[in-house]
Amino acid sequence: MSTFIHAMNAPTENPDIHSSHTTGFFTDSTLCIGCKACEVACKEWNDVPEDGLNLSGYSYDNTGSLSFSTWRHVKFVEGEIKPGDGGNSGNHLSWEFSSDVCKHCEVAGCLEACPTGALVRTEFGSVFLQPDVCNGCGYCTVNCPFGVVQRNEDDGRAFKCTFCTDRQKVGLEPACATACPTKSIMFGNLEELREHAQSRLSDLHGKGMKDAQIYDPKDTSVKGLHAFFLVRGDPRMYNLPPKPEVPIVYQKDAWRSAVIGSGAFLLAALIAFTGSRHSSRSQRKVSARRSRA
Amino acid sequence: MSTWPSESQKQRQPTATSEARLHELRSQAERKGRVEHVGVHPEGAPFPRASVETGYYGIPLLKQPPWTWEIPLYFAVGGAAGAAAVIAALADWIADDDKLAQDARWIAVGGAALSSVLLISDLGRPKRFLGMLRVFKLQSPMSVGAWTLTAFGSAAGAATFAKLLRSRYDWLPIRIVGEISQGMAALLGLPLHNYTGVLIGASAVPVWNKNVKTLPVHFGMSGLQAGVSVLELMGNENAALNWLGILASAFESWEGFNIESDSNRVLTPLKRGRSGFLTRAGGVLSGPTPLLLRLAAVFSKNSDSLRKLAACCGIAGSVLTRYAWMSAGRASTKDWRLPLEVEDKRPQEKPLPARMVEAVREPRRA
Repeated sequence: MSTFIHAMNAPTENPDIHSSHTTGFFTDSTLCIGCKACEVACKEWNDVPEDGLNLSGYSYDNTGSLSFSTWRHVKFVEGEIKPGDGGNSGNHLSWEFSSDVCKHCEVAGCLEACPTGALVRTEFGSVFLQPDVCNGCGYCTVNCPFGVVQRNEDDGRAFKCTFCTDRQKVGLEPACATACPTKSIMFGNLEELREHAQSRLSDLHGKGMKDAQIYDPKDTSVKGLHAFFLVRGDPRMYNLPPKPEVPIVYQKDAWRSAVIGSGAFLLAALIAFTGSRHSSRSQRKVSARRSRA
Repeated sequence: MSTWPSESQKQRQPTATSEARLHELRSQAERKGRVEHVGVHPEGAPFPRASVETGYYGIPLLKQPPWTWEIPLYFAVGGAAGAAAVIAALADWIADDDKLAQDARWIAVGGAALSSVLLISDLGRPKRFLGMLRVFKLQSPMSVGAWTLTAFGSAAGAATFAKLLRSRYDWLPIRIVGEISQGMAALLGLPLHNYTGVLIGASAVPVWNKNVKTLPVHFGMSGLQAGVSVLELMGNENAALNWLGILASAFESWEGFNIESDSNRVLTPLKRGRSGFLTRAGGVLSGPTPLLLRLAAVFSKNSDSLRKLAACCGIAGSVLTRYAWMSAGRASTKDWRLPLEVEDKRPQEKPLPARMVEAVREPRRA
C-alpha cells in the first residue's frame, strides 16, 4: 500500500533524458525592448491563430496572459518611480518588459495530470503536448501553477508552447530566440544558461541595479524551471507566483481522505444492513405469528 | 465608447463653478508655465500600474476550470452510482433485500452509462474517451478515475445481466459470474463514489486544494446521499437506507459548519457571490434539512413521507453542491491575489451596524 501511495506522489521519472542534453530559455528582462518580435515569430513559425485585436489599457500589453493561442507573451510592467535603483532617471516611470513563456518545469503539473500521455518530456527536457494524442479533458489547465496551458474551446484540445521541438530536432534555435533582436531571449544548454544568468546578475548588481533578481523557484515542488527569468523588482509584478506548487503534492492527503471516506461508508453500511436484517427477520416472525394466530 | 457631444454636454450651461474652474486653469498656467491636470480622460483612466499590491494589473494568473455543465452533473451521477453498487452487494449478501439490491444494481449500471455519456459530451466526441484508456497513470486522478469508471461500468453491467439471466436459467456458472461481478462493482464503487474529490482537490485551484483533506469524504458522502435518496424514491423502505442517509447528511452538516467557521480568505468563494449562494443552498439541502427529516422519520409514524421529502432535498443538495464547487473553483482562479500571495486589503465582510457592535461590547444588563 505504501509503495502504491508513493507511486501516486512521485513525479514521473525520465531515465532516458541526460541532463547534458537539456536545453532551456533564459529570458533577461533587462535586455527586452518590448518589440514583440518573439510573439510574431512564434505565431508565424507555429501557425498559432490570432487572438483578437483588443486594447487593454494595461500599458502596451494587449494580450494579457499566455493562452492556447499565445505561447510567447511580452509583459509591460509599468511601475512606480524608484529613484536610486539604477537605470531609471528618477522622474520617469519604471517600465520593464519581459517575454513570458511556458516554464517547462522540472516537475510539471500538467504532465503529471495528463490522463492520456499526450504531455511528454522530450529528449531536450522540455514538456511537449502531442496534439494528436490530447483528448481535451482539460485537466492539465487546472494543474498548471503558472496558468500556461489552456483548452481551445473551438477545437476542444489544449495547447501550449512546444519549445519549438521541431526546430530543435534539426539543430535550430526556437523561433522566438532566433527573432529576438537584443538577445533578451537566450537559448542553450540549461546548465550553461544558469551559470550565465548568475554572472549576468552579479554584473547588474555591480552596476547598481540592486533590484535585479533571478526567478527560478528551485525550493518548491516545481524543482526549477527550464525557462527561467531575470526580472527587476518583485516577481509578483510580472505575475510570477512566489511559491508555485505541483498539485501532486496534495495527492497524499487526497487519497488518504478517499480511503477514510470509503472505509467509513463500508463500515456504516455493514452495520446498517446487518441491523436491518435482524429487524426485518423479527418483523417477519411477528407477522408469521400473527398469521398463525 | 462614449459619443460626443454627450447628453449632459448638450444641456450644459455656464455656471459659477465652471467659470471658476477655467479661471483656476489660467492662473495655474500663468504661475507654473503648465497645467498639472490632464485635460482629457481616456476611457479607463487613470491607467493601472503594476506593483506588488496590484500584481500584474490584476490579471489572473491561473486558468479557469474549462469544464462545462456535464462535469459537475457527472460528479453527482457517478458518486450515486458508485455508492449504489456497494449498497447492492450488501443488500443482496447481508440484508437479503432483493428489491433493494435489484434497484441499486440498476442505479449502478444506469449511472455508469449516464456518466460516460456526460464525459463524452464534455470531451466532444466518443473517440476522445478512448484516449483516456491509452495509458494508466497512478499520478493522474483523471486517469485513475477513467479506468475506475470503465471497469465499474463493466462489472455493474455484468452483475445486472447475470441477475437477469438467473431469473430464467439458474445455472452455477452464471451465479458465480454474477456474484464475482457484483463484488467487483462494489469494490470499484468505493473509489468511484469519492475519487472526484481527489480529482479537484489535488489541483492548482486554491479553493480546491485548500480543502483537499475533506473534499473526497465530502464528495463521497454527497454521492452516498444521492444514491440512498434515489433508492428511497424508488420505493425502498429498508431502515438501513435511512441510517446511511443520516450518516451522509450529518457529515455534510459538519462540512458546512467547518467551511462557514473558517475565515481563511481562500474559502471566500464558498461564502460570497454566486458560488457562495450555491454552496450554502447545496449545504442546507444536503446537510441539516435531510438530517432533521431523517431523524424525525426514525421516531415518526409517518416516516415514509418524511424520508421521501429528505430524499428529494438530498438529491437536489448533492447536485447543487457539485455545481457550487465548480463555480467556487472558477471564482477562486479569478482571484489573482491568491497565487501571488498578495494581501487582500478589500473589506472582507460587511461591517456590523454600530449598534450591534456596541451590543457585543457591552452586553445589556437586565
